Amino acid sequence: MQEKPWKPWALLAPSITAVFLLLVIPVCFIVVYSFWLRAPTGADIPAFQFGNYQKFFADFFYPGILLRTIRVSLETVALCLVMGYIPAYFFYRSETRHKAALLLLIMLPFWISFIIRTLSWINILGDTGLFNHALMRIGIISEPLGLLYNEGAVLLGLIQYLLPFMILNVYVSLEGIDKNLLEAARSLGCTEWQAFREVTLPLSLPGVSAGCLLVFVLTAGTYLPPMILGGPGNDMIANLIFKRVIGTLDWPFGSAISVILLGLLCVIIYTYNRYLGISQIFKSFQGN
Amino acid sequence: MKRFFSGWSLIRLYTILVYVFLFAPIVAVIILSFNPEQFGSFPMKGFSFRWYVKLAQNDSILHAFKNSMILGSLTALLVTTIGVPAAMAFVRYEFPGKNALNTLLLTPIMIPEVVLGVALLLFIRWLQQPKSFLLLLIGHVVITLPYVLLVVQARLVGIRREYEEAAMTLGANAFHTFREVTLPLLMPAILAGMLFAFTISFDDVTATLFWATAHNQTVPVKIFGMLRNSISPEINALGTVMIALTVSVPLLAGYLSRRFSRGGS
Repeated sequence: MQEKPWKPWALLAPSITAVFLLLVIPVCFIVVYSFWLRAPTGADIPAFQFGNYQKFFADFFYPGILLRTIRVSLETVALCLVMGYIPAYFFYRSETRHKAALLLLIMLPFWISFIIRTLSWINILGDTGLFNHALMRIGIISEPLGLLYNEGAVLLGLIQYLLPFMILNVYVSLEGIDKNLLEAARSLGCTEWQAFREVTLPLSLPGVSAGCLLVFVLTAGTYLPPMILGGPGNDMIANLIFKRVIGTLDWPFGSAISVILLGLLCVIIYTYNRYLGISQIFKSFQGN
Repeated sequence: MKRFFSGWSLIRLYTILVYVFLFAPIVAVIILSFNPEQFGSFPMKGFSFRWYVKLAQNDSILHAFKNSMILGSLTALLVTTIGVPAAMAFVRYEFPGKNALNTLLLTPIMIPEVVLGVALLLFIRWLQQPKSFLLLLIGHVVITLPYVLLVVQARLVGIRREYEEAAMTLGANAFHTFREVTLPLLMPAILAGMLFAFTISFDDVTATLFWATAHNQTVPVKIFGMLRNSISPEINALGTVMIALTVSVPLLAGYLSRRFSRGGS
């Protein structure tokens, strides 16, 4: 089959056409549209001007939301790392017979709709939710605590959505470590903790950084948890895009915000790829 | 050694707590869907299928369900039709620009779905086409393509070239070889890809909210609309139906494939 050099191209043609037509060209459209004008009547006027970007950076309102997006994304990354590394390590070292089942459970949330996972927190944190109900039952509080519609609730929703990504990335990386290395370290006199710190931890860093990047990128582009679990002050940049495009139909400004979000992510992904390589990211998906 | 043991039990406890964190809200959705009360929350005031019956009588929800099923199935068919050949090209052939193209086809994973949603909608608007079922379909194909590529490629790597070469040596032409040898070996990978595509399409909300119309709602979009009022046992019931569907199908498929492969060897 090697003698027909056109063959792989024929196999690839439909996919490449689809991605070009439905992704590359539309994204270019966003960039073009972001320079257009919006007439007071609501019509879009083709133009080349930077008014939409000037509007974004005119005062602190929009840049504040951009900064909040970055801050919330970093918080989510840190919390996912803290909550995810230990379970991943547990899967790696555990010799339980149920390891496959436990790993399957971690992947289970991928199969459950994002909107259900997000709204499920209302049942826990709401005024009549599990938490308030339990606390009032015990008698610690008499009035329900306002646990919803703040940044904490948004973070819980985000972590629940993204934690499996982090755990899987770290686990895939840990699983690739030769266990003989650990035994060698132990037989040379390392304590368990030293062996972890000197051998396992450094070798798992590719998975850690891949997980961090994935969690950051996915958080920065999401609007559902702030919309459902957050209050008016918890909007992130994706909420802004949603409101401008679906709410006020301001396409040029919505496009400009999209370009700014895309630009932020491009800088981060480019820097990451430059120093660490992007291919690790895709490994965790192939485990499924 | 004793100290390590206690450290290990801490690790295990921590892992259990993480599981509780991940699953407690979902379990709450399922439990509360059986609460007969109007504003059903804790405490449970009995057990009933009241809200499920109400769902089954709600025409707009049934319509959304039908829509989601058709959309998911068509997405799965279409995306494997274009994705499996591409995966074969990446696994079986060497050609210039292979890595760059592979990255290009995987980029939809890294592009936020909001941007994808806006971009495709803008494009359709420029073409002066209305929002339609077709928009949802092509949008879902773009979203699911990278996942299907990854899953199918991973399985393809495990299929050995020699079987195909043997068939060719024995006189089969390329088409016969594909139909009689490659396709049957590939079938588990194709089914896995289709299943994955179906659930992603069935569950997607972020981009779909941009593309759906009042006439073309999917179940998650419908749930989003219902949430506008407040959470209700009806939403929990609908969520439970979705969880049952999107979780049981892949679990069942995994179980069956394991059984068959065990029976085969």
